Amino acid sequence: MNQTYAVAAVTAVVLATVLIGALGLRVSRTTSDFYVASRTVRPGLNAAAISGEYLSAASFLGIAGLVLVQGPAMLWYPVGYTAGYLVLLVLVAAPLRRSGAYTLSDFAEARLESPQVRRLASLFVVGIGWLYLLPQLQGAGLTLEILTGAPDWVGGLLVALVVTGTVAAGGMRSITFVQAFQYWLKLTALLVPALFLLAAWYGDGAPRARFDAPAVLRGHTVVEVADTVRIGLDDPLTVTVTGSVDSVAYTGRTVTLAPGTHHVLGGTSLSFAPGVPLPERAATGADPLGWSQPLAGGRDGHQLYATYGLILATFLGTMGLPHVAVRFYTSPHGRAARRTTLVVLGLVGAFYLLPPLYGALGRIYAPELALTGSADAAVLVLPDRIIGGLLGDLLGALLAAGAFAAFLSTASGLTMSVAGVLTQDVLPSRGVRHFRLATLLATAVPLAVGVVASKVPVADAVGLAFAVSASSFCPLLVLGIWWRRLTPPGAVAGLLLGGGSALAAVMATRAGLAPGGWPHTLMAWPAVWSVPLGFLSMVLVSLATPRRIPPGTPAILARLHLPEEITGTVPAQEARR
Amino acid sequence: MPEHHPPRRPRRETVTYASAHGPGAVPPPGGRRPVHPPARSEIDEQTTLGHTYVRSLMRSQLRAALTALGALALLVGSLPLLLALPAPEALVWAALGFGVYPVVWAIAHWYVRRAERNERDFTGLVER
Repeated sequence: MNQTYAVAAVTAVVLATVLIGALGLRVSRTTSDFYVASRTVRPGLNAAAISGEYLSAASFLGIAGLVLVQGPAMLWYPVGYTAGYLVLLVLVAAPLRRSGAYTLSDFAEARLESPQVRRLASLFVVGIGWLYLLPQLQGAGLTLEILTGAPDWVGGLLVALVVTGTVAAGGMRSITFVQAFQYWLKLTALLVPALFLLAAWYGDGAPRARFDAPAVLRGHTVVEVADTVRIGLDDPLTVTVTGSVDSVAYTGRTVTLAPGTHHVLGGTSLSFAPGVPLPERAATGADPLGWSQPLAGGRDGHQLYATYGLILATFLGTMGLPHVAVRFYTSPHGRAARRTTLVVLGLVGAFYLLPPLYGALGRIYAPELALTGSADAAVLVLPDRIIGGLLGDLLGALLAAGAFAAFLSTASGLTMSVAGVLTQDVLPSRGVRHFRLATLLATAVPLAVGVVASKVPVADAVGLAFAVSASSFCPLLVLGIWWRRLTPPGAVAGLLLGGGSALAAVMATRAGLAPGGWPHTLMAWPAVWSVPLGFLSMVLVSLATPRRIPPGTPAILARLHLPEEITGTVPAQEARR
Repeated sequence: MPEHHPPRRPRRETVTYASAHGPGAVPPPGGRRPVHPPARSEIDEQTTLGHTYVRSLMRSQLRAALTALGALALLVGSLPLLLALPAPEALVWAALGFGVYPVVWAIAHWYVRRAERNERDFTGLVER
């Protein structure tokens, strides 16, 4: 692949981001401008910005990678990411805007009149934000590594620097412009190459992707195994090896591997003849790459359970993502917040029609990516693989630009909200200078963790953040908005039991502590039990502490639900628009 | 639009009474309206009657939300069960890769219109 075009494309995206951010800087003057764009962002612009922010590395690269490896069952990821906005719309959107709070912590404090709940909510905002930032930075590292061969920490550092710079300089207003631009860039970057790829695929005789049998290599293929893998064979496999298999060193020798599990050392290159069925990666209990395995593997009840775990986490988790919630405060009023969400659903849904195409094409033309554990790169390598030449290079560059737009936009949204919470609740004073310091802190921590943490597919890693958010902020928001008897002790119990147990379960699974079989499935997909646990503990503890119901509850609920022309918080003419 | 007002009036009345006679001990507003200040000041001053108005709006909005969620659970949430049956792979692709999105958007569109109508009716009720 020609690196020049890709590097030029990534540079252009970074420059455009900084430039549009600088434009925003000129109009961003007051503190209110800085945080929520003074609440004057219209639905069209705001919806593009929300979608731009939401479509992360997991959407741009991760879905195609998962589909390539595990087939169409992985399409529940984009479906869940979209339907999460519907649940957010019907339960939360307008009241959240009318609450008048800047962050989820502000909402918790305003609703429950309790600084303790606020501090706990802030902890969860920062935790979920960092969990979500981590895969963005790792995805950026992977992309830059594939495009230019740079070490994998360079991409993450680049994204962290650009994001810290734009967020600290311009705040929310510039971010709104940047992200609206990045939505359209991402859609174009995925749509245009997809049309060319489909044409080439059709010209190739429209081969079908098969997901129920091992993928078959179409041409002579050399696979460079970067990290040590275990492969499982059902039939003997003849392959030319340079490197080490099962602790035996080879230099370009053709060997026949017997059926069973084999250990391929990192750095080994395997050369397959055309028409050979590709060996599958063997998942082990501690191997995080086996994470979404139950979703696709048809083992008795595991698949169904895992699917519902994913559905609950994504449907209910979207509303509690810090960077999603903060965007609703930029709508001028509750009605605009609803209409904005409707437009977002259209924009996000249109985008998600594309990644599955890349996954299916990747299964046909680049199945060996599954073996090397870099399936997330499928989107990036396909133009070179299928079309090649100058056109392939140009389309690859366009995709690289889109991928970087994805990292930049989601990372800036997350940084914005994490930094907002850090400024208000951790650092001593609330000035703009402290916000800039908080921005640095918000990106530095996940960047540092990313260097030491093991890699998991980005879509899976993002799934963790969704599960924690669904078990903590979903009960808090839903009960806070619709239930009069919620008390501060109830909220604390729900956040700790629901969110805390989900967090502990996914962390233990990632650390390889979960035993195999059902315990592993239960812990890898905690939402099925942790969301009810969160709701139940919040309700029961609230009912047990009826005297702690905040005295201002009726007034707050009235403000959350009454249209602005009645509460008078927005001029009547404005609210009716 | 001259015809805009007449069709709106009757609809306001219907929803007003439906909300006022909903479940729970709700005082009939019909008899009290002449002796009390307008509903809007009841809400502003947070009287019991004011809270009743807010509750009626919350109930109608919650009903709309739960209807939308029910539709989502029925049309999308049941898919894993359906697709667990031996289904051709093409069906999985068609349902999850494309079919779900228009359904989700249609539910959202219905909800937004319904929620806005609930608010319009409510505003009409308290501002008369």
